[in-house]
Amino acid sequence: MDILEELTGIFKEVMENDDLVVTRETTAADVEEWDSISHIMLITSIEKHFKLKFSSQEILKWENVGQMVDAIQAKKG
Amino acid sequence: MLDFQSLKNLAKKSQLVQSKPLKLAVMGNYATQFLSKSLEYSGKVSGFETKVYTAEYDQIELEIVNPGAELYAFEPDFVLISISSLKLLQKYYGIPEDRKSSYARDYLDQINNLLTTFSSRSGATVILHNLEIINDQVFGNLYSKVSTSFTKHIYDLNAGFIRIAEAQDQVFLFDLNGLIQYYGSSHVRDWSQYVHSDMHFSLDFHAVIAEKLMGFIATFRGIFKKCLILDLDNTLWGGVIGDDGMQGIEIGALGIGKAFTEFQKWIKQLKERGILLAVCSKNTESVAKEPFEKHPEMVLHLDDIAVFMANWENKADNVRVIKEILNIGYDSMVFVDDNPAEREVVRQNLPEVTVPELPEDPVLYLDFLKSLHLFDTASYSATDKDRTQQYQVEAQRAQLQTTVTDMPTYLKSLEMQITIEPFQAIDIPRIAQLNQRSNQFNLRTIRYTESEMQAISGSGDYYPVSVKLKDKFGDYGLISVLILKKIDTDKLFIDTWIMSCRVLKRGVEDAVLNHLAALAIQEDFRYLVGEYLPTAKNNLVKDHYANLGFTFEDPHWTLDTENFSPHIHYIKN
Repeated sequence: MDILEELTGIFKEVMENDDLVVTRETTAADVEEWDSISHIMLITSIEKHFKLKFSSQEILKWENVGQMVDAIQAKKG
Repeated sequence: MLDFQSLKNLAKKSQLVQSKPLKLAVMGNYATQFLSKSLEYSGKVSGFETKVYTAEYDQIELEIVNPGAELYAFEPDFVLISISSLKLLQKYYGIPEDRKSSYARDYLDQINNLLTTFSSRSGATVILHNLEIINDQVFGNLYSKVSTSFTKHIYDLNAGFIRIAEAQDQVFLFDLNGLIQYYGSSHVRDWSQYVHSDMHFSLDFHAVIAEKLMGFIATFRGIFKKCLILDLDNTLWGGVIGDDGMQGIEIGALGIGKAFTEFQKWIKQLKERGILLAVCSKNTESVAKEPFEKHPEMVLHLDDIAVFMANWENKADNVRVIKEILNIGYDSMVFVDDNPAEREVVRQNLPEVTVPELPEDPVLYLDFLKSLHLFDTASYSATDKDRTQQYQVEAQRAQLQTTVTDMPTYLKSLEMQITIEPFQAIDIPRIAQLNQRSNQFNLRTIRYTESEMQAISGSGDYYPVSVKLKDKFGDYGLISVLILKKIDTDKLFIDTWIMSCRVLKRGVEDAVLNHLAALAIQEDFRYLVGEYLPTAKNNLVKDHYANLGFTFEDPHWTLDTENFSPHIHYIKN
């Protein structure tokens, strides 16, 4: 499974929306359920799922899902 | 550790089972929305229709002082006041030096007044938690001697909170520090989330707090544990009393015995507090009771046990009997057993009974069980400790009735697999050991040494058979040994039949008998001949051959393989 696909699964679970479509271009503005609270749940779930930890600087830099995918990819090596 | 997402998923699947709704108000000096969410989920998981009111950020004082506040309009049953030490610390650093010395006293006065005010306006139960112990390392280990040390004030505040809870009947003090200590600081807080989102605890630790706090709240609604049901062998002591005997079981100050002794001491304290103890053991009753009566190192004695069930019946049925005698609900019972298969049979048949997934290593039993907070309670009175005695009398009166559990379904679900084969060289030491140690399931109690076993294994007159079993919970290894001997042209004699009691009532005997019959036919023996030689310990198998369909022709039991139809069992080869 590629990272975007795995990430989509996490988004669906956290946002409780099985119809959610997530692309590299998706931003928080595109997803109604993506607020500050679900963002925290999202980060926690991502860190747990991929068994890695992000610094706050990294998280703050993300502007869309594509950048999240790249960051995960870079960490996983 | 429970995590937030799992708690959320559990809440979605939960069913409403409590008739009375639960209204809980949450107030904090930090962003408590995740704590509120977690409590809402936990409430649902506990079966409550749960309504949570979350006060605005850091508004504890205003909400309580203002009689028109939403807090009162909500009419809560419970109020949680969550105060974060991190927030106190930030405020404390801003206090003028000359006022720092009286910080704890001033803060306690304030809290005390607020709680008195609240209680005069609401009948809700108030739950505070003790303050997270923080050493800010400004005065390091000199904190106890410096009146302006924040660390000193945190300890003083916690002592003060205890005094408040002692004095005010409506106020209870949840042990947050106990949780923090158990789970460790790396699980308690995510500093990045703290800085960016004012998350004073990690997302998942909120779920842990909520789970335990809801367990405590539920006790106010009468949902708490009343009875602890205990297995004996390898649960209350190390080893198997029926095989190892009084001298062989491990309990006391030495080695692994210490773990069992300390476990028993804790259980004894629970009993003193009013928890009823019951024994549920696969054993001969007199054998099982002997350590309670005579072993000098036993902490628990027979008069600590309200109901003592030691027999060879199914444990689910025994738990049913215990329930009948004590006349309590299944949901108030905890079943502790080291054997995963026994735990499974109770779980499957009596899903309301709490069955902790005990760690394999006995040294971990106590710490693990304590971490579950199973015996939380909302009240305690000195008369609670006499409860055991009342029930013991009841138990003597009660008619024991066993209900038939659906054994085939259970046995099938174990997914057992058996290996029956001639002795393998590598197994000889284990075979010899089993032969030396088995007392209960042992038809003739003939002991062979390892070299005799080797000789038998190589001889043409003998058919040695070893049996190994595994199921979905794990591998039991070599659990049964048989030695068959040619005694006539058409007779095969069962010289030795021993089996570990751990696998009793699983149908292993039937599977083995089918194998023996097939072996006899294949080797041209018409008859299988068995013998039972009674000892002080093998009463368990006195009807073994009768149960298997052998006919008695004094002094032997005989099975005619020409009229034999294979026995039904649920074990795969």
